[in-house]
Amino acid sequence: MKQVLVLSGKGGTGKTSIAAALIHLMKAKAYADCDVDAPNLHLLVKPEDEGDHKDFYGLQKAVIHQEKCTQCDLCRQHCRFEAIHKTSDYELDEFACEGCGVCQWICPSDAITMEPAKAGDLKRHWKPALFSTAQLRMGSGNSGLLVTEVKKRMKEGTEMLSEEVPIALIDGSPGIGCPVIASITGVDLVLIVAEPSVSGISDMQRVIETATGLNAQLAVCINQWDNSPEHSKEIRDFCDEHRLPLLGEIPYDPIVVDLVNRGLSMAEEDCTAGEEVRKIFEKLLVLIEENRKEPIA
Amino acid sequence: MKIAVLSGKGGAGKTLVAVNLAVAAEKAVYADCDVEEPNGHLFFKPKERESESVEVTIPVIDTEKCTGCRQCVDFCRFNALAMIGGKVMLFEEICHSCGGCQLVCPEKTIHERKRSIGMVQSGHDGEIKVLTGILNTGEAAGVPIIKEILKKIPAKGNIFIDCPPGSACSVMESIQIADFCLLVAEPTIFGRDNLAMIHELVTLFDKPAGLLLNKVTDGENPSQIYGLEHHLPILGKIPYDRELSAINAAGNIVSREIPKYEMFFRELLQRIEKEASHETSTGA
Amino acid sequence: MKIAVPSEHQTLNEEVCPSFGRAPFYVIYDTENKTTDYLQNTAAGSQGGAGVQAAQLIVDQQVEAIITPRCGKNAAAVVQEAGIKLYRSISGSIESNLKAFEEQRLSLLDEIHAGFHRHGGR
Repeated sequence: MKQVLVLSGKGGTGKTSIAAALIHLMKAKAYADCDVDAPNLHLLVKPEDEGDHKDFYGLQKAVIHQEKCTQCDLCRQHCRFEAIHKTSDYELDEFACEGCGVCQWICPSDAITMEPAKAGDLKRHWKPALFSTAQLRMGSGNSGLLVTEVKKRMKEGTEMLSEEVPIALIDGSPGIGCPVIASITGVDLVLIVAEPSVSGISDMQRVIETATGLNAQLAVCINQWDNSPEHSKEIRDFCDEHRLPLLGEIPYDPIVVDLVNRGLSMAEEDCTAGEEVRKIFEKLLVLIEENRKEPIA
Repeated sequence: MKIAVLSGKGGAGKTLVAVNLAVAAEKAVYADCDVEEPNGHLFFKPKERESESVEVTIPVIDTEKCTGCRQCVDFCRFNALAMIGGKVMLFEEICHSCGGCQLVCPEKTIHERKRSIGMVQSGHDGEIKVLTGILNTGEAAGVPIIKEILKKIPAKGNIFIDCPPGSACSVMESIQIADFCLLVAEPTIFGRDNLAMIHELVTLFDKPAGLLLNKVTDGENPSQIYGLEHHLPILGKIPYDRELSAINAAGNIVSREIPKYEMFFRELLQRIEKEASHETSTGA
Repeated sequence: MKIAVPSEHQTLNEEVCPSFGRAPFYVIYDTENKTTDYLQNTAAGSQGGAGVQAAQLIVDQQVEAIITPRCGKNAAAVVQEAGIKLYRSISGSIESNLKAFEEQRLSLLDEIHAGFHRHGGR
């Protein structure tokens, strides 16, 4: 199974719409949404079953047991995250708590324990195809671990399917941090969706910098290129200079918004954006085939 | 008044709105708390920039006195310490500066030093003070930088806080001091879902909020429907406009280029002020 | 000498696991008495710092070499400090990698990728 990851650096570049279009075009039998902060792919791939659910636990957090608390104040004094407040009782601000365990250690009366805290939900659907996704709980910072879990559940799912999955598609997370690196680990090809604007280019460069060390093959496409032909040229030049294959340039097409709101991807209706995405898809297939022949070490 | 501008996801137009509102206020502070991808300074191009490093504390282990008991390594829940051949190794970027290792060390061989994780840059664009938080690439958490920016924000005046996207802890930190939250959403079902997420967040923090619809087209607007259904006041609509996106994409400030937008953001600011005072007077 | 190889399951017939720090298991192979053990990677579920903790696990096993397709900067720092050599895995099963190692056909892993917490930059 070859894994293709769609990334963007900046949010709002149309990454998910393009991922959904590619899923439609390749009739993908397995896909995943690694944008665990704000998952959207389900709105376009429309799972038809309830799916199986699993709680995701992050770092443990402190729990204060009032009946044992002697109000000595040591926990509050030693917490570097200002997560313990004194009202009538001592209270934990669970959003501020980073789970370091100092309060538990310092407490002379065993009134604090560290307990698993739910940090998100994992979901896996089987109809119309295998779809692994997750939602991070509010305030539970970025999580490379959750992204790793989403990918793992997709991979395990493919092993349970009766037929082979030639290509799996993954919608990556925005930014350049931990979740992005977790998204890239183990994939064969990364398609970067670039937006022609100053911030779009700066974010694209940062994500390429991140991906370069990770041994995946890189390719780029531009979304809404005609919003700024000058910046699109800049992206083109950047790709030339760094020998990155530029697979296509999707024009702004007002129909895309309407399609998305009807839960459809741009590949599901005749439109200029859909046409270009089809070309990108064909070039992507060629790259994957080349990759199959000579896998990157 | 302190106005925080949020969106569930990047690319909704958060920076566009925060920047142009600051311009509409004329005399203002623009604070960029999107420390992973700070883009506001690309628009203001502030002058007389001054940078101040933001530091966290990390442990220093006195190897001479260390007996290799491994208690610090076992204590560290972030895996920032390892024990190799009787020697403790520290991984600075993973350290959360909790101070636990120093507490548990029975030989008192650990003390602390400062380490820079980024900076807060301040500068001016005319009457607008521009504060930018910049997290060094490769650093894990930007919250200490956001805390530092918030410290630099004056108590009074027109303050506009450009928040990080999403609903993570860094966003919670950014809206702490806000009097009003302006939620920016795109007219798609993606936009609607992301809007619901940040709406839940500001509700949790009891912040008065309003909705700004961006990139509006003629079709159905799921974000608008969400606003109506959830009694979230709709304070303005920015139509999809290619001229606007071109100006914005080039790093220029649209309300300084097109009078129509200058008007729009002035009126938006008035509506926000009205909405916020209404919220306070009704005690909501 | 003992060699460690990250693996998805407790078998030698699969490919080497692409992630070092978050591999579910490590194959611990002893070249002298030709024995194979499977070490569960308790660090795989760490929210952060999985590489460091995983490397610590392996160091504590008195391993002298690791075969892996890649290794994060932090994990590499730990194993190198402990004098463990890192070898680049080749495509094929874990078993064929172990064979290649014994026949000295594996090369050292020269590039350490930036990993989770630092990747070049400005």
